This record gives sequence, structure tokens and C-alpha cells, in this order.
Amino acid sequence: MKRIGVFICHCGINIKGTIDVEKLTEELAEYPGVAYIENYIFMCSEPGQKLIRDTIVEHKLDGVVVAACSPTLHETTFQDALDEMNINRHQLEIANIREQCSWVHDDIEEATRKANLIIKTAVEKLKLNESLIPISAPLTKRVLIIGGGIAGIQAALDIADGGYEVILVEKEPSIGGHMIQLSETFPTLDCSQCIMTPKMVAVNKHKNIKLFANSEVESIEGFVGNFKVNIKRKPQYVDPDKCTICDDCTPVCPVVVPSEYDEGMSWRKAIYIPFPQSIPATFTIDTENCLGFNPIACTKCSDACEPDAIDYDKKPEYFEEEIGAVIVATGFDLYPVENMAEYGYGKYPDVLDGLQFERILSATGPTGGEMHRPSDGKVPKEIVFIQCSGSRDPERHLPYCSRICCMYTIKHAKLYKHKVHDGQPYIFYIDIRSGGKRYEEFVQQAVSEDGIVYFRGKVARIYKEADKMIVHGIDTLTSKKIEIKADMVVLAMGIKPNNSAEKVISNLKLNTDENGFLIEAHPKLRPVESLQSGFYLAGTAQGPKDIPDTVSQASAAAAKVLALLSNDEISHSPIVAIVNEELCSGCGICVSTCPYGARELDEIKKIATVNDVLCEGCGACISVCPSSAAQQKNLTDEQILNMVKIYSYL
Amino acid sequence: MSYEISRNIVRNELVGKIEELSGQNVFDCYQCGTCSAGCPVVEYMDIMPNQVMRLAQFGATEDLINSKTIWICSACLQCSTRCPKGIEVAKVMEALRSINLRKRVGTLDPNKIETEDLKDLPPIALVGAFRKLTG
Ligand SMILES: Cc1cc2nc3c(=O)[nH]c(=O)nc-3n(C[C@H](O)[C@H](O)[C@H](O)COP(=O)(O)OP(=O)(O)OC[C@H]3O[C@@H](n4cnc5c(N)ncnc54)[C@H](O)[C@@H]3O)c2cc1C
Ligand code: SF4
Ligand code: SF4
Ligand code: SF4
Repeated sequence: MKRIGVFICHCGINIKGTIDVEKLTEELAEYPGVAYIENYIFMCSEPGQKLIRDTIVEHKLDGVVVAACSPTLHETTFQDALDEMNINRHQLEIANIREQCSWVHDDIEEATRKANLIIKTAVEKLKLNESLIPISAPLTKRVLIIGGGIAGIQAALDIADGGYEVILVEKEPSIGGHMIQLSETFPTLDCSQCIMTPKMVAVNKHKNIKLFANSEVESIEGFVGNFKVNIKRKPQYVDPDKCTICDDCTPVCPVVVPSEYDEGMSWRKAIYIPFPQSIPATFTIDTENCLGFNPIACTKCSDACEPDAIDYDKKPEYFEEEIGAVIVATGFDLYPVENMAEYGYGKYPDVLDGLQFERILSATGPTGGEMHRPSDGKVPKEIVFIQCSGSRDPERHLPYCSRICCMYTIKHAKLYKHKVHDGQPYIFYIDIRSGGKRYEEFVQQAVSEDGIVYFRGKVARIYKEADKMIVHGIDTLTSKKIEIKADMVVLAMGIKPNNSAEKVISNLKLNTDENGFLIEAHPKLRPVESLQSGFYLAGTAQGPKDIPDTVSQASAAAAKVLALLSNDEISHSPIVAIVNEELCSGCGICVSTCPYGARELDEIKKIATVNDVLCEGCGACISVCPSSAAQQKNLTDEQILNMVKIYSYL
Repeated sequence: MSYEISRNIVRNELVGKIEELSGQNVFDCYQCGTCSAGCPVVEYMDIMPNQVMRLAQFGATEDLINSKTIWICSACLQCSTRCPKGIEVAKVMEALRSINLRKRVGTLDPNKIETEDLKDLPPIALVGAFRKLTG
């Protein structure tokens, strides 16, 4: 029989405060299989680990139970201690007597009795544990990044600079995301295009980055280190190698459509380049609006194109790429502003959303950066900003705080004041959240220097009188009901996950929260990894954030990927499912149950098999197998029964 | 009733006067309320010191000039000492009093004060009243 050592941790008073560790030590000393038992104040400390290592030698132990906190915290710490003594790490079991016992009880006698049982089950399991070695699999040292906003761009550059190949997939004809639409950026007011375009050009030029613009990820198969991705490149109808960006085509195109880049405040043609610095730098025909797919209807652009770059018969192209890891950086969209009917959006042309106002402020925008309102081109002199539009409204809109709108609103008010010196900005707010580095200073300086008036409260309604919007609000700090005859109203819309990310995220079976944001493996300690092995998260796809946080997170995800790729092969836990070939009837229930696609039917032997590298050891197949042919390593039916028997005396 | 606000009201002449006399930028105030929390006579005021600052930002000078607050203020300077933004709130109070005093309305004849009232009035009230209303 195995010689098992049991080590009970006090965890300061976390355990000892509720569990009588001395009594426990005494009670379990005689338990069959226990060759040695001891308790100690902090098992995870170096002296605690040394105690384990020394005892292994002294008492010739070949198995160890540590009764302490949850295995998610220190299982590897103690496994490493066993490794050091040349004992297989699977000869360690953790008995969780903290989270599952001392923390949730206050009756010392009862808690001690329960701890006793928990430790006995661990001892029983350990008795039948096999010594296992990790499974290794090859590792493809290439990375897929989905989304070419600032998050995807930053991660792509970091990984490519690290020497690995990146496949960057962007659904739009150009990379850049929302950041390229912004005018100037808080808190330093540097022009967004000036700081972003060098990075976009770098992506285009980098020998390690393969850019698929106007493309979408159709499917990803495989497992960490060994994925296959299918990419669909939508036809652009303009051959980028031939196109000289001469712009002879757009003047002749008869179709006008609202410009996405200018948020519908200017027009573009059906053949267009999204914005002058687009990457890739080429024109695109918009399938939905072009008349040229019917050759009788129109061939104007093709006729005008000297290098003959236009081909209306182009079809989508499909590519398969092998990759080892994926970063999802699909970004955000504004909360649908159409939902803000109470503020007159859609009804009054001078009620805008935050991104539209960015375009008006921008030198490349519809007004060339001059302050004119959409309805009649007048310079707005009284301008009202409404914060938390769509955010922090659990009854009707988004429940959460969108984190960026307080800051972009004060930036808007400041930039407005710089353009219209005799104008007056008013901001309705509930709280001013300016937690970033130098943000509070930015807000205070803007208010003091530019005389921006804040009202603490929300706006109840807006209606039109002549060419003014009458805004009814409140200032709760002075109990004054406020009325403003505004020339323009800007809604500081909240943000939500990108509309077109939903499909790809559900295809990839990635976990999202109730608001659709990607869920990280641990909110504090693993913030850039997904629970699904091999998937990493960056930017606003994971939650609302500004550019500094987006870039930091993207670089962090890149660092995690680089760490993965610096291994020669993938190491995978050996705790996987196995099949007893004698018992398996080949019914295939396990194949349809396995959430990781690790199960397959062997057509010749007519039995089910397990792909070790895909198996995550979740146990789903084991519980559904009607023949008990499926077993999990180190958690066999026999082990489970022995553990359950401990409780049968109750 | 709604308070109708516009850019001309926000930057009206009186706000300029208040800023000139007090030497303070009313927009520096971020409404923390420290001034009001420390003011020894706040419970007798109709508008709290932080609200004085807020109303000045809105250009609501009518409310300020006609407030009881500016006369209840004892000029103890506790608000100025405590303000985390370094605003001398007491100077704003003083500016508002000065604006009023310069109008020289409702002057006081000390001989007409009833003897009964004289007995009850705290001396500081008399000092204040003389300063305001005899000139
Ligand atoms: C009005 C406004 C003003 C702002 N001002 C500032 C500021 O001054 N300073 C600041 O720090 N921050 C500011 N921000 C925040 C800033 O815009 C974001 O932090 C930043 O853009 C987030 O970048 P991202 O890459 O996560 O997302 P995005 O910019 O949304 O990029 C995501 C990219 O992924 C692509 N994509 C989506 N789905 C798919 C798919 N299925 N397949 C392929 N590609 C896909 C999208 O087309 C897009 O290109 C502002 C935001 C707004 C709304
Ligand atoms: S960041 Fe500010 S404006 Fe945006 S939701 Fe949060 S509190 Fe409201
Ligand atoms: S100076 Fe006036 S307002 Fe300021 S604390 Fe003293 S009494 Fe209050
Ligand atoms: S203490 Fe200063 S900043 Fe705070 S409310 Fe009073 S005047 Fe404003």
C-alpha cells in the first residue's frame, strides 16, 4: 500500500479559527494508508514546503495529501515540491478544507468533523492515483488575430516584432476600427490619425503580418497549438495590385450612399476608399449598392479605370491557414442611438451621437473640422451634452458604465470651445468618472479654463421650438430645474460589443457575459486569456475601455501568445478520458456529448476513441456512457466509489 | 419654475464683477461641499456656500444677490482655508456683499432701532448692519 503523508494547514486563522487542527491530526493518524500526519501554520510558505520535502525522505512517502485552500491556488506549488523529490506530481491530492469548510461554517465541532471526512476522501482517491506524464503535441508558431482596430493592430505588431507570423483578419475594407474616426484623443489631445496611421502602415509593411481585409473568419477547428482557420475574403472587385488610387472612378459612379466613416454625415459612392489613409490602400466596390453587377445597367467605373483594375465578376476567395493561437479583438459599437427617442435622435438632425460629433470635430470630417450643425450649417452657440446616454440604465438600456463617455464628453466640450470661443457647452451628468492617469487633471483644467457648465442630473425631455431644441433637465445640487434652448445636442452614447462579432464569437464557442462581452479566464489574475485554451482577448471586445487600456491589454495578450510560442511543443494535462475497449458498445453518445470535439468513432473497431490533446478532462462523456466504458484517468469509478463510501457512514 | 439658461447668462456682467472683486475663477469649484461642511453658520443660510459657487457658474446672480446667505456669512474664512481647490469662497461672499453695498439701498438709521430690539440683537449683527446699511 502507498505510504501517504497528510499535511494540514492552519492558513493563519483562516482554517485553524474554525477547525480544531490538533484534534484532526490525532483522529487521522490511525487512518489506513496514512503513514505520517502533521499540521503547520502556512503549508504554502517555504518552510511549509520544506517540511513536505523532508518528510517525504524521512518517512519514505510515495503520496501526499495537503489539506488547505482550493487547488486553484496552490495545487501546482505542492506538485512542484513533489517533482523536486522525484515523486510523480499526480501523487498529490488537495483536500480543500478552507473554501469548502472553514470559511462556510462557524461550529468548530461540526467543521472539524467535516474536514476529517474531506481529508479521508482525498486519501482514498490518492490510493488509486496513477503516475502520469503530460501529453505533448506539436505547436504551430503562427497567430490569428480577429479585428483590425487599435487592439488587433497593437497585438499584431508586438507578435510580429517577436518574430512570429500573424494572420490579421478585418471585416471592413480597411483596418483602423473606431480609433481612426476620432478627432483628437484625451487626455493629451493628440490627433488620432497622426498617432494611428504609422501603426497601420507598419502592419502593411511588416514581413511577418499577413493582412486579410474585407474578410471574415468562417470557422476554426483544432486545439491550442494546432488550429486550422477558414477565412473568407469578400470580393473587392478592384485588383489592389493594379489600382493606382488615381480616383478616376468615384466621380463617374452614379450611386451615392451615406459614408460609414463619417457616420452618415457625408456621402460616398458605390466604389470608394473608406478614408484617404486606408490600409490596404485600394478602392472597393460595395456589393449592396453597385449597379455594375448587371452589365447593362452600369459599367461607368470600369470604363474610367485606365489600369483596368475593375472586375465585376470576382467571387469570394477562401483560405485555410494553420495557426497555434487566436486573439479576439473585435471591438465595440455604440449602443443603438435609435433607442434614445426620448432625446429626439432621428427626429431632430442636430441631435448627434458621440462618434458623429467626433467626425464634425475632425479635420477629415464632413465639415473639414469646422463647427457647423447638420440641419442648416449654422455655428452652434449653445450646445448640450448628455452623459450616460444608454448607459447605467438597467430599466431601459445598458446596465453598466461605458467608462469612456465621461472623458470623451469633456474632450468634446473642450474642443468645441476651442473652435467656438463665444459658445457655451453644458454637460448633464450623473457622476464624472475620470479614473485614468491624468484624466482628473484634464477634466478640472477644461472646466476651469473653458468655463464648461456641468449640471448634475439627467435630461427628461427635448423638443423643438423654431430652430432650437428645448432641453429640460435638472441640477440636483441646487435643486434648480434647468431649461436650455440648444442649437445642438450630443448624446454621449454608451458602448456595446461589435454588432458583427456575435456570429464569430458564437461560432468559436467563446464565453460571453450577459452583455455580450468576452469573459476572461479570471477577472483579476488572467484578464487577457479566455477559458478556452489557445484563445486570448484584447480591447473593447472584452469590456468598455479607452485607448491606453486597449493598447495595454493588446500588448499583454501578445506577451501571453509569445510565451506560448516560445515552447517547442504544447504540453497538455494527462488527466483525460480513456475508453475500456472491452466494454464500449460504440453507441456514440460520448461523441455527441463532448463539448471539445475530442471524441470520435473508430469505424473499423466500432468503438469510441479519445483525442488526448483535445480532451479537457471535463468528464461529460464519462457521465453519459451507458456501458461504463468511459473512465477518467485518476478519477475512475472505483476511486469515486471509494470516496463516496466515506460518507456512507454518515 | 425652470431656470432658463444661455451663454449670455452664464457669462453675465455680474459674474464678471464677482470674479473681479473676489479674484476667484468660479469654474474652479467642483462641488465637493467641503466649504459648506465646515461653515459654522451654514444651517442658518438659505443657499449653502457650495451652492453659491454653483449658482455663480450658472450665472444665477439674482439668486445670489438676494440671498440671506451672504449676510449670514461671518467672514470667518473657514471655507477658504478648507477648499481643496484653493478657492477663497469667503472672498466670493465678500464680493457679493460689496456688490449689494454699492447699491446703497435700504440704509439704516441707528436712532430708529427699538431699545427692545437692541437688547436682543447680538453685537455682531449690529456691526454687520452698520457696515451694510449706514453708508
Ligand atoms: C465618441 C468616442 C470618442 C472616443 N475618444 C477617445 C479618446 O479621446 N481617447 C481614448 O483613449 N479613447 C477614446 N475612445 C475609445 C476608443 O475608441 C476605443 O478604446 C478603441 O477604439 C477600442 O479599440 P478596439 O480595437 O478594441 O475596437 P474597435 O476600434 O471597435 O476595432 C475593432 C475592429 O474589429 C473589426 N471587427 C469586428 N468584428 C469583426 C469580425 N467578426 N471579423 C473581423 N473583424 C471584425 C471591426 O471592423 C474593427 O475594425 C472614444 C470612443 C468613442 C465612441
Ligand atoms: S463613463 Fe461616464 S458618461 Fe459613460 S456611462 Fe460611465 S458615468 Fe456615464
Ligand atoms: S467665511 Fe462665511 S461662508 Fe465661509 S465658512 Fe465662514 S461663514 Fe461660512
Ligand atoms: S470647498 Fe471649494 S471646491 Fe469644494 S464646493 Fe466649496 S468652493 Fe467648491
